[in-house]
Amino acid sequence: MTPGRAAGEPASPGPVGPPGPAGPAGPDRVIRTGLLARVEGEGTVRIRVRGGRVEAARLSLVEPPRFFEAFLRGRAWTEAPDITARICGICPVAYQLSAVAAMEQIGGIRVDGPAAALRRLIYCGEWLESHALHVFLLHLPDFLGYDSAVALARDRPELVRRGLALKKAGNTVMRVIGGRSVHPVNVRVGGWYRVPTRRELNTLVGPLERARDLAAGAARLAAGLDFADRAPAPAPVLVALAQPGEYPIERGRIVSSTGLDLPPADFDRHFAEEQVPWSNALHSRLLPVASGDDRRVDGRSYLVGPAARFGLNAPVLAPAARSVAAETGLGAPETNPSRSILIRCVEMVHAADEGLRIIAGYDEPDRPAQPVAPRAGVGYGVTEAPRGLLYHRYETDAAGTIVSARIVPPTAQNQRRIEEDLRGVAERFLDAPDHELAARCERAVRDYDPCISCATHFLTVQIEALP
Amino acid sequence: MIGLGNPCRGDDGAGLLVARRLAGRVPAGVDVLEVDGEPAGLLTAGERVEAAWLVDAADAVRAAAPAGTVLRFDAGVRPLPAPVFAAASTHAIGLAEALEIARALGRLPEHTVVYAIAGRDFGAGDVPCRPVEAAAGTVADAIRAELARYRRGRPPDRGGARVVGP
Repeated sequence: MTPGRAAGEPASPGPVGPPGPAGPAGPDRVIRTGLLARVEGEGTVRIRVRGGRVEAARLSLVEPPRFFEAFLRGRAWTEAPDITARICGICPVAYQLSAVAAMEQIGGIRVDGPAAALRRLIYCGEWLESHALHVFLLHLPDFLGYDSAVALARDRPELVRRGLALKKAGNTVMRVIGGRSVHPVNVRVGGWYRVPTRRELNTLVGPLERARDLAAGAARLAAGLDFADRAPAPAPVLVALAQPGEYPIERGRIVSSTGLDLPPADFDRHFAEEQVPWSNALHSRLLPVASGDDRRVDGRSYLVGPAARFGLNAPVLAPAARSVAAETGLGAPETNPSRSILIRCVEMVHAADEGLRIIAGYDEPDRPAQPVAPRAGVGYGVTEAPRGLLYHRYETDAAGTIVSARIVPPTAQNQRRIEEDLRGVAERFLDAPDHELAARCERAVRDYDPCISCATHFLTVQIEALP
Repeated sequence: MIGLGNPCRGDDGAGLLVARRLAGRVPAGVDVLEVDGEPAGLLTAGERVEAAWLVDAADAVRAAAPAGTVLRFDAGVRPLPAPVFAAASTHAIGLAEALEIARALGRLPEHTVVYAIAGRDFGAGDVPCRPVEAAAGTVADAIRAELARYRRGRPPDRGGARVVGP
């Protein structure tokens, strides 16, 4: 089944109903998008305006990781990477590598050397294919005045071809290392089922060199886009991984712009999830700095993803990426959410350059995986998915059966931040007609590349009179 | 031949069922692929394809047909119909959009046929409903017949959209 809006179907926003009754400072109205139908769930945006004020700005999502946490109970610990990979067709490697990190902690082993380098390399491939999809097919049409990637492809096919070439480079990396480009099958607890030969990795050099050039060109293009029309969002709390001397991808400690510096096992002491009535996905918030047993939620949202990674780790980008960031005027931290398109381009330069560095230093390991035995225990795995920090926690029994699983995806963590931003956009453009306000809200959501982003081009908008 | 769908979403896995029925039972030179999560991957996978048969699930409500109904579309000639290929989905870029991008870029094979199998339950779970399972057999047989016709050099069926079964 497909979410695509076929040619000829009206561009979003769609049908618009009559405005509500006039309030003291303008008409009361509800601006509600239809399905943000997408990868593994659904979402809508709803803006409620009463008395000329924005009363509520809500993003409602359905997140399948809840289902997967249940699927995982009773399964073998070795199955977690392949089961969780099914959560997302765009970022399966993120789920696989967070899962194996947690299981290897339980097993008491550490994967290092060439096997670890291969994990970073396949993750670089995933960043490339995911960022290329978002930059060229989902985000760029917003800036160039097109309502879809199809319209962009008709008028500016060279741009879409460039994006597809980048995406293909990333997919090729994933296929050569992971066995296939979507839902790779080669990752296992302890290492790999099979490691690529030196010759196989050498076939990636040309595509990655080309991808690095294409990504740098994309950054120059993105730097020339018009960002002035975007309501600036208040500076968010940034949360990302960090690792001395390297831009965070597949490992690191959890750090924040407020000074947090935590091992993955401390995630739950500083971040909380809570249910809200309008979304099936849990909302994440920062907990107050630990003070005894006080674990009340303090209400602060936080941001994960490219802007957070860049804001906290820009100095350790690969030299080629640092150079492009400087050339294009990108400075950390970046507070205009729309400029995330530029950060993604810089991260694509980094991913290609880092991939080339890893290939240059690759020595085929003697064995693809370390032996590892099941144990009773709790393990934590945190990696940087293309969209941000992805947290896994597993408990296993002595036979290696999964007793409990917890997965906190980046989109769930960003929901509250997105809603705050939506409120700001709605307040700034409150006088705009409904269709324009709805369109601006859609764009604001796309700036964050949420896991619902794939279908944010397929919104319809309905206006309801308030009771 | 490409089957699309998510094997963890009930009837959404219809296209994968067809691909699995055809795997190993098609003539040499025909690749059978499964795409389970990202039809955008089609845009980089088919650069040297001369003809394509794709199978995807469609929402029975939107298709205005009972579950298990099979629809055939000649996508090489015209876009897929929005009423059938729209809204609720488990995919990133939709099949209809991926095909239109390919057409705009000149990458869409002239002979591109899409079979849609109407489903009714796209919730979590790996078991499709019985009508969808039966329809997968119908589509697999239809594609094998079309492949044979194509390989004999017979002109492609330009019949446009039509209901094939049940």
